[in-house]
Amino acid sequence: MKFTEEHEWLRVEDDLVVVGITEYATTQLGDIVFVELPEVGTTVSKDDETVVIESVKAASDILAPIDGEIVEVNDALTDNPSLTNEDAIGDGWFFKIKPSDASQMDDYMDEAAYKSLIG
Amino acid sequence: MSDLLQTPLHDLHVSLGAKMVPFAGYSMPVQYGLGVMSEHLHTRAKAGLFDVSHMGQVKVTGDTAALALEALIPVDIAGLAEGRQRYGFFTNDAGGIMDDLMLANRGDHIFVVVNAACKDADIAHMLAKLGPSVQVTPVTDRALLALQGPSAEAVLADLNPAVAEMNFMDVATLQLNGAECWVSRSGYTGEDGYEISVPDQDAEALAKTLLSHAEVEAIGLGARDSLRLEGGLCLYGHDIDAATTPVQAALTWAIQKVRRAGGDRAAGFPGADIILREIASGASRKRVGLRPEGRAPMREGVPLYAQAQGGEQIGSITSGGFGPTVEGPVAMGYVTADLSKPDTTVFGELRGKRLPLTVTKMPFTPANFKR
Repeated sequence: MKFTEEHEWLRVEDDLVVVGITEYATTQLGDIVFVELPEVGTTVSKDDETVVIESVKAASDILAPIDGEIVEVNDALTDNPSLTNEDAIGDGWFFKIKPSDASQMDDYMDEAAYKSLIG
Repeated sequence: MSDLLQTPLHDLHVSLGAKMVPFAGYSMPVQYGLGVMSEHLHTRAKAGLFDVSHMGQVKVTGDTAALALEALIPVDIAGLAEGRQRYGFFTNDAGGIMDDLMLANRGDHIFVVVNAACKDADIAHMLAKLGPSVQVTPVTDRALLALQGPSAEAVLADLNPAVAEMNFMDVATLQLNGAECWVSRSGYTGEDGYEISVPDQDAEALAKTLLSHAEVEAIGLGARDSLRLEGGLCLYGHDIDAATTPVQAALTWAIQKVRRAGGDRAAGFPGADIILREIASGASRKRVGLRPEGRAPMREGVPLYAQAQGGEQIGSITSGGFGPTVEGPVAMGYVTADLSKPDTTVFGELRGKRLPLTVTKMPFTPANFKR
């Protein structure tokens, strides 16, 4: 698993990459009450605003960590946004992306580096 | 950060694991370990304890105190019975609201509680305007706690059974946990409950005694905001301000008949001509409750339109967020008078899209006051 400085996680699943946010991020955001997911089939570039999440405190944008095509989104979040609080790195995932350049993953941290970032 | 003021409960907040944030010049707890959502729901289900010691407490003394205050506040203060409290606001010459407040007749004085961010200006305003026969004395040696929720009566009655005899908006001086407290049956959540002015040195012990009840949790400013929003209650500086009149703000109910046209003490407050004219013929815009039809919260600043496309902006949201009890987004804001009737659809522009909202009567959750 890889991690971004924006507190996203990326997990390779066959030829796809699953993207979510870390438990640390959900703790900082507080209770998540709304998630707006991209449409399946959307082509995104790295750093595009791809997901909007709203916590009880504020709205946040989740950026695409890599270039590619959105091939699946976690529709369960639409009715139950708190899944992200409950299981950030499992059932709380946001979308699966088919990378157009898998080497972009190399830019990101491994778990040890991420843990030292969040202290 | 170092110049932030602290309330007498600061150390207790920190020991309870509160996340402290700067608010109106004070370091205040925005949430504790439960988090905003659970704190909100706990308050509606049982009881929540809030530290609101940052608010201003002021005694106004003198035989003519009530009438003198009526020259600044468009409310029936002279007719307020001893042991009773009511809501009011200072107005300016344009009819705008300088601050909203609570007034209590405590026998030998009128006790005024004002917003933290406005308290210095409010005190200066009273000192300048009330005249030499009235004394304005800021109370700087007392904390202010709020115990809110359906279990509040039972919890506080454990310390003094007299609290159970109080009705909504009654005030009394009562011994609680060995301290002389000034208690009112009121609050800012839409729930039954009490607001308790307690000497600084007794505040922590009282708070700990209340928190020792299984029913009581400490609640931060985050849940205080979502509770008052569901309760349809205004937040000064957001839903009401110096450019907003009480009529526009749908607070006309707070101006008793005796201060309106034809009343025995009609007018005689700043901006009376404008406010009384708006009472007679209506204001051009009005504060309303708004329910976004989708799940996305719409927050302060979202512009409102009459149509899904085109047209001029007709108002904006002044408070909005997720209502944990409503289980959906709730908001309040201003719309033009013609769009202010319940069930009217308006549109808020969020992230470039216009999304529908329904004008809705407030409160969003039923008020649970002890009348």
